Amino acid sequence: MEARSATDRELRPDRTSGLPSWLLGLVPLLLIVAAIGSFAALGGPGLGDRRGPPVEELAVENTVLRPGAIELTVRNDGPDAVAIAQAQVNDAFVQFSGADNPIGRLDSAKVTLQQPWIEGEAYEVALVTSSGGTITHEIPVAVETPSTDVGFFGLMALLGIYVGVIPVALGMLWLPWVRRIPPGWLRGVMALTVGLLAFLAIDATLEGFELAGEGSQAFGGAALVLIGAAVAFLALTGVSSWLEQRRRAARAAGASGAHLALLVAVGIGLHNLGEGVAIGTAYSAGALALGTFLVVGFALHNTTEGLAIVAPVAHLRPTLGRLAVLGLIAGAPAVLGAWIGAAAFNSSVAAFLFGFGAGAIAQVIVQLAPSLRDGEGRTLHPLAVTGLLAGMALMFATGLLVSV
Amino acid sequence: MPQLSRRRLLAASVPAIGGAAAALHSAVPHRHPWDNEAAAAEHDHGSSHGPSGHADFRDGRTVDHRANGFDPHAILRDFDWGTTRKLAGGQTLREWELVAAEKEIEVAPGVKYAAWTYNGRVPGPTLRCREGDRLRVTFVNGSDHPHTIHFHGIHPAEMDGVPGIGAGEIAPGESTVYEFDALPAGLHLYHCHVRPLADHIAKGLYGAFIVDPQDGREDADEMVMVMNGFDTNFDRANEVYAANSIGFAYMNKPIVTKRNKLVRIYLVNVLEFDLINSFHLHGNLFHYYPTGTSKTASEFTDTVMLCQGQRGILEWRFAHAGKFMFHAHQSEFTELGWQGFFEVVD
Repeated sequence: MEARSATDRELRPDRTSGLPSWLLGLVPLLLIVAAIGSFAALGGPGLGDRRGPPVEELAVENTVLRPGAIELTVRNDGPDAVAIAQAQVNDAFVQFSGADNPIGRLDSAKVTLQQPWIEGEAYEVALVTSSGGTITHEIPVAVETPSTDVGFFGLMALLGIYVGVIPVALGMLWLPWVRRIPPGWLRGVMALTVGLLAFLAIDATLEGFELAGEGSQAFGGAALVLIGAAVAFLALTGVSSWLEQRRRAARAAGASGAHLALLVAVGIGLHNLGEGVAIGTAYSAGALALGTFLVVGFALHNTTEGLAIVAPVAHLRPTLGRLAVLGLIAGAPAVLGAWIGAAAFNSSVAAFLFGFGAGAIAQVIVQLAPSLRDGEGRTLHPLAVTGLLAGMALMFATGLLVSV
Repeated sequence: MPQLSRRRLLAASVPAIGGAAAALHSAVPHRHPWDNEAAAAEHDHGSSHGPSGHADFRDGRTVDHRANGFDPHAILRDFDWGTTRKLAGGQTLREWELVAAEKEIEVAPGVKYAAWTYNGRVPGPTLRCREGDRLRVTFVNGSDHPHTIHFHGIHPAEMDGVPGIGAGEIAPGESTVYEFDALPAGLHLYHCHVRPLADHIAKGLYGAFIVDPQDGREDADEMVMVMNGFDTNFDRANEVYAANSIGFAYMNKPIVTKRNKLVRIYLVNVLEFDLINSFHLHGNLFHYYPTGTSKTASEFTDTVMLCQGQRGILEWRFAHAGKFMFHAHQSEFTELGWQGFFEVVD
C-alpha cells in the first residue's frame, strides 16, 4: 500500500493529500530511527572493526591538593573507554582510590592519589592505562587547595566586592562631570567607552581560546568560544529589539540612553563574572597573592567600567536607586564568579563563558556605535578615533598594573 | 588547573546568569565540605605507600602469573640444563630449542604489554651448561618479525647471531642452529640482535646464559635475576622496572632463604633506555665477581652498578634471620618496581 515508488507519488500528488501533515512529517523521522537502530543492532555491517589499539584520552579537569593526597577529576574525551590500572607520581607507583571501572566516553571520574607532597614543589602525575599508555598531568606548584567553607566563600565575596563592585561604583561618580561637558566631548567619552569594551572583547576571545585548548576537546574546544559569542550576541540583540519595540509602543523616546546603559552594565557584568572566575581559580590554585597591589590594580582598571555605564545616561536624570542597580549589575557578578572559580572550575565551561562575555560586549559596541555619530553622520571622526584609541590604551596601561 | 595570566584576569568575561552558574555547579564534579572520600582513602591505606609501607602497585595487587605463563619466583631458581648426550670424543653435547613468539603479558596489574618472547617467557630460559660442552641451540622464529639469538661468549663469527653473518636474520617461520663450545666459564647472556636493536631487546628477547667452570662452584642457594623494564607507552623510557620482569613481585612474597647458607645471585642487566642499573643489598655485604669469569672477588660491597649487557655473580651468607630488602639504588627504579625482600629463616 505504501510501497509505491517516489516517481509514482510525484506523478500523482493527490495520493498523500488524505494523510494528516503531522504524519507526513513523522514518517521520515521514524525511518531514520529504524535505519540507525538496525545499523547499530547489526554492528555496522561491512565496516569491520577499527584498526589499531584503543584510543585513550583523558583530560584533567580539576586538581585538588589536600595534605597527603592529590585528587584529579578526569574526563574521557576520546572515543574508547579508558581503564586506569596504576598511578605514578614523580616516577614512583602510588596508591590511589577511584576509577575502579573503565571510564566511558565523556564520563568523568575522580582519582585520589596518596602522595606526601611538599608545598611549593612541582609534581608530575602519570595515570597508567590498561594498555600501558600514560596520561600525564603537571602540578607546577603544589599548594593546598582551600577548603570551601563559609569563611572561604566570605573571603571570595570580599575579593569580588573589592575588584568588582567598589571600582565600578567609583567610576560611576563621573556622572556629574559627563553631564556638564559639551555634546562633542560626550561623543569622545562614548568613543573611549567603545575602546575600553573593544579591548575587553578581544582579550576575552583570546583568553577563551587559550582555556579551550586546556580542557576536554570532546565538547568542542575552541568552537565553544565562538558558539558562546554567537549565543550572547544573538540573545542580547533579541532582548534589545524587544526593548526597542516596547519603547516604541510606549512612545518614550527619551529612554534610549537608559536602555544603552543597561546593556553596557549587563555586558560589563558578564565580563566581571569572568574576571571573578579567573581570580577565584587562581586563588584556589595558590597562584594569586591577595595583596593590596592586586586590589589597587583592579580598582584602577575597573573604575573605567563605571564611566562606560554612566556615559549613555549623561543627558538623563537617573535616580540614585537606578544607578545603584546598574552598578550592581556590572560589579556584583565578580563575587559570583570568584565563588564559581574557586569551587568548581571547568576549562570547557569557562571557555564557553569567556566567548559568551565577548559576544555580549560585541553586541554592546554595536548598540553604542550610533551615539558616536557627529553632526555630519560620521562614526569614525577624528575625535571618535582618538577616544577609541585612548580607551584601548587606558585598558592596556591599567591592565599592566595587575600582572600577577 | 590553568596557569594564571594577566590576560585571563583582565579579559575573563562570563555571563551573570544564575542558571548558568547552577548548571556549572551541577555539571562539574566538585567537592563539598561533607565529602570525605579522601579521608576514607587515607584511612584505608594509612600512608602514601602500599599496605607494606613501601611503594607498590595499587592495593598491593599482583599480576596474573598463570595467564602470563611464567612466575618470577619460579624463574628465580629455574636453570635449564637442556638435553645432553655424549659425543664420540667424550665431549657433552647439550641441546635446547628456543622459539621466538609474540605474547601479550601483564607487566603491572591491569597493564598489558605486547611482548616478544623466547619460549613464551620474559626473560627467556636461563641456559646453563658446563665449560667445554658442545652447545646446540635450535632457534625457531615463530613470530611476525625477523629475529636472531646473539650469545655473549667465545664462538665462531657465523655463530654470533647478527644480521649479515652466518645465518643472519632468521625470517618469520624459518629456523637455524647455533652451535659452539661453551667458553669461557662465567655468567653471560643472550639476546636478539636485529635492528632496531632497542625494540628487539626491550620487548623481551633476552635471557641469562651460565657456563659453570669445569670444577664447579661451591654448593649454594642459587638464583638468577635479570634486571629489566618495560616501556609501555613507547616514549623510550620505562614505566615499570623489575628483576625478572614483574615489579614488586619479591616485595609481596619475599624470597625465602636460610641463615648462614651461601647465597649466589647470577645478576644480569639487560635494561633498555636507561644508561645504568644497579643492585643494592640491605643488612649485608656480598662478594662480587664481575662476569663470573674469575673465582677471586673484585669487591666486597653492598652496591654494584651495571650498564646494559654487564653481569656478575654475587655471593654472601645472611648472618641474621629476618627480612632484608634488595633493590636498584636508583630510587626511581626502586619505586617503579625494582625492589624486593629476602626472608631469612633459621
